[in-house]
Amino acid sequence: MALEKEKDRAEGFSRRAFVVGAFQAGFLAVLGGRLAWLQMVEGNKYKVLAERNRINLKMMAPARGQIVDRFGVPFAVNNQNFRVMVIPEQTDDLRQSLKLLQQQIKIDDAQIEKVIALAKKSPSYTPLEIEDKLTWEEVATVEVNMPDLPGMSIDMGEERHYPFADATAHIIGYVGAASKKDQETDKDPLLTLPNFQVGKIGIERTFDSSLRGTAGSSQVEVNVVGREVRELNNLQSKEGKRLVLSIDAELQRFAQQRLSAERSASAVVMDVHSGEIYALASYPAFDPNYFTGGISHERYEELRSDITLPLMNKAVAGQYPPGSTFKMITALAALEAGVVTEGTTCFCPGHFSFGNTRFHCWKPSGHGTVNVVSALAESCDTYFYKLSSDLGIKRIAAMAHKLGLGQIFEMELKEERAGLVPDEDWKKKNLGEPWHPGETVIASIGQGYMLATPLQLAVMTARIVNGGKAVQPWLAGYIGEERIKRGVWEDLDLNPKHVEIVMRGMNRVVNDQRGTAYGSRIKEEGLSMAGKTGTAQVKRITKQERAMGVKNENLPWQFRHHALFVGYAPVENPRYACSVVVEHGVGGSKAAAPVARDLLTLTMQRNPASQPIVASPVTPKKDKSYG
Amino acid sequence: MANTLQITGEGSLLQKLKYINWGLVFLIVAFASVGFTALYSAAGGNFEPWAAKQMTRFSVFMVGMIVIALIDIKIWYRIAYPLYGICLILLIIVEVMGHIGMGAQRWINLGFIQIQPSELMKICLVLALAKFFHSASSEDMKSFRFLGIAAAFLVGPFLLVATQPDLGTATVITAVGIAMFFLAGAPVWIFIAGLVAACAAAPMGWMLLHDYQKNRVLTFLDPERDPLGAGYHITQSKIALGSGGWEGKGFLQGTQSHLSFLPEKHTDFIFTMWVEEWGFFGGIFILALIALILSYGAWISLRCRHAFGRLLAFGLMVNFSIYCFVNIAMVMGLIPVVGVPLPMISYGGTAMMSVVIGFGLMICCNVHKDAKLPRM
Repeated sequence: MALEKEKDRAEGFSRRAFVVGAFQAGFLAVLGGRLAWLQMVEGNKYKVLAERNRINLKMMAPARGQIVDRFGVPFAVNNQNFRVMVIPEQTDDLRQSLKLLQQQIKIDDAQIEKVIALAKKSPSYTPLEIEDKLTWEEVATVEVNMPDLPGMSIDMGEERHYPFADATAHIIGYVGAASKKDQETDKDPLLTLPNFQVGKIGIERTFDSSLRGTAGSSQVEVNVVGREVRELNNLQSKEGKRLVLSIDAELQRFAQQRLSAERSASAVVMDVHSGEIYALASYPAFDPNYFTGGISHERYEELRSDITLPLMNKAVAGQYPPGSTFKMITALAALEAGVVTEGTTCFCPGHFSFGNTRFHCWKPSGHGTVNVVSALAESCDTYFYKLSSDLGIKRIAAMAHKLGLGQIFEMELKEERAGLVPDEDWKKKNLGEPWHPGETVIASIGQGYMLATPLQLAVMTARIVNGGKAVQPWLAGYIGEERIKRGVWEDLDLNPKHVEIVMRGMNRVVNDQRGTAYGSRIKEEGLSMAGKTGTAQVKRITKQERAMGVKNENLPWQFRHHALFVGYAPVENPRYACSVVVEHGVGGSKAAAPVARDLLTLTMQRNPASQPIVASPVTPKKDKSYG
Repeated sequence: MANTLQITGEGSLLQKLKYINWGLVFLIVAFASVGFTALYSAAGGNFEPWAAKQMTRFSVFMVGMIVIALIDIKIWYRIAYPLYGICLILLIIVEVMGHIGMGAQRWINLGFIQIQPSELMKICLVLALAKFFHSASSEDMKSFRFLGIAAAFLVGPFLLVATQPDLGTATVITAVGIAMFFLAGAPVWIFIAGLVAACAAAPMGWMLLHDYQKNRVLTFLDPERDPLGAGYHITQSKIALGSGGWEGKGFLQGTQSHLSFLPEKHTDFIFTMWVEEWGFFGGIFILALIALILSYGAWISLRCRHAFGRLLAFGLMVNFSIYCFVNIAMVMGLIPVVGVPLPMISYGGTAMMSVVIGFGLMICCNVHKDAKLPRM
């Protein structure tokens, strides 16, 4: 009985054991299946993840491409920047080590504290910068004392340097650390490198991608805490391309210096045929070298709040009423339209009445009988007032557009502004008001809503004197070995006879005793220029002021007239066009013309047009012609 | 008849040695050797600091295992309750020390060795329940009173371990206990009712969990929830496993493990490291070893002529299997991270000791399979 019972129990146990065993077998099968799933089905996915875990791609910044002038004179270079670094974990006592270093080279106590604070926040194997821009002596001192300074090393970085400082600031621009916004719009991984610099304004910004170069990479195996275990392979970075500009450094430097005689001014010198720009100056400027290392807030605020706008490239972004420099456009438009001919004369009593309004000529006593040539030479306003109502704003605006006003040339400076050529449609659309005929009268002498940049005025002059070709201005000749292609300039279809008449007028402006810029004629043997003065009203002259004979130069600076001059040289076979705007310089003939004379004189002497831009100009050694 | 007496009673040492399952011993050594290899690799190709120590420990424990196997099963039967009682007291001591001392405490330091009472409790619980069910009649197995007393054996250790808190071990203890009840012949409806009750109590249990435990469960359900925090272990473990492929990356070549992406590679996540280096075949090899060891245990159990031996051997086998299943399922992301080592392969003495004692007792059942045990 007991035996029988024991047998039953054993059998019962066996059945139960079988169930448990079956469960266990099931678990084992699940585990095996899961293993197969992870390794077979998802294996490749995990392989990729494992590889990513293991290998860290370390980017190495390329050297930024140089920017040079047409002769190879460097405008933007990379200077070596020696820094002393420390790896905290390699020092016995960081503070002690830093104090030792302090005995060797000059370091602020505040900087020491900054390094110690930074060391607490970062992994102990990351190198920290203690001091940068070390002099050679400091580098040597640190190197010699290296055995006593465990964990310290000298590191050579590169820093953008602009040898011409403020003389090229507005063309070249500057670089700065890539901002969050830069990183969002530009997906180049280089931008994620700490302190990686990108072009912020000027040529540095426009050609940033070419100048930047290609990142090198170093694949390093890292462990989970990011410490490098070993380097797997190394791909050299590719230096950015060298950019050759059309600028003549010497002329540029001179232009900037010449403008500094004024409080705020800008000038452009360009080739009337090729469109290349030889000088593009805007004064006052700033030293871009302050920006590369991170400009202080105070200094930046100072620049920003200055009413002479040193941060603005006025040569391309300054928009001024062109004043009398606009008269060539009105004259050409009138001649082309047949509103006037060379022989059409008119009498200037010193004012022009239109409806109930009296428009004044700049010369209160009047010019007497003038034709189109003498009206240009003596800048008679009345002549243009008179023809404007027959000509109409439409044809004036059309000629202005033809000659380059009211448009962006998409030259290589993104700071460029479009200016404004008003007409009926523009006024209706933007101000919601109809065009008054009186507005055509003042538009004919480049006043009213009319606005132009110095660059546009130079292009306008070039287009008149180059035989009516729609020349476009440009700055960049070569990117690396690659010539930047320029199109063939479109013919503007101007009657050469009309152009000749206008040019004759411009010649007389400078070279006729009665011309408004006769005082600024070039006296040097064999050199000559022609041009047109302009005085742009900033503030309406009140009747009271006119009656009292208040002199414009006695008004506060910001209410004085702008002084303008556009010119070309030589008179025969023009090659160079120039525009000068002296902000609040009172009179074009007195303030702007002499600047243009000096610029065009040096341009003709240097004659940069005789040496076309080449891909790799040999950087000249310092000789007598280059300072 | 005389033959039987010799074996069960005071049979000669030589005869007893003959009845030791040398095949099982071989499997155990093979299983432990996987651990030595893995630990050697985990140290980057060094016996120090883990492999050498583990081997020494294993050698000592193997001697202990044989000794345990040779001790008369009647002695084990007799001291089953006292052993259980000692374990319970040790658990209480740990609990009290934990309250006085520094937070979660699981060990008692005896100077030369650190004892984790919860590990010993698993063995003693199986011993005690095997003894309790040994004398149970089929009527007893239907009596609430009887089953209630048996359940008391389980509830005490469970509560003590769970409050340590060591949820992994508490789960293993519960699972082993339930298996014992089932093997002893408790009515099936109890298990079904228990399952329903457990599901109903789950939300309440959830509230009792510590934040880090809740985190582990939540992270298990969605590892990407916190890929660099709590989910990191699971994610990295899966990457290591998955990237191993068929043949693995080769001995000492596991990138995840050697670049220390894999956490706890020498303890809880050693299976991962092994599979990363030895691939699918390596993983299957371990699973096959486990299957063989379990089969051996089942075979020993079924050959036993007394209920105590059957229950003891099978219970210990289930204990070992739960260890393995929980650990491997955890590293493969099938269950939350619970901190259960892979016995004998993971570095550490406590788990190895408890498993080896278990094997010793299992073999003891085989050596004394025909012993006549009293019924109380």
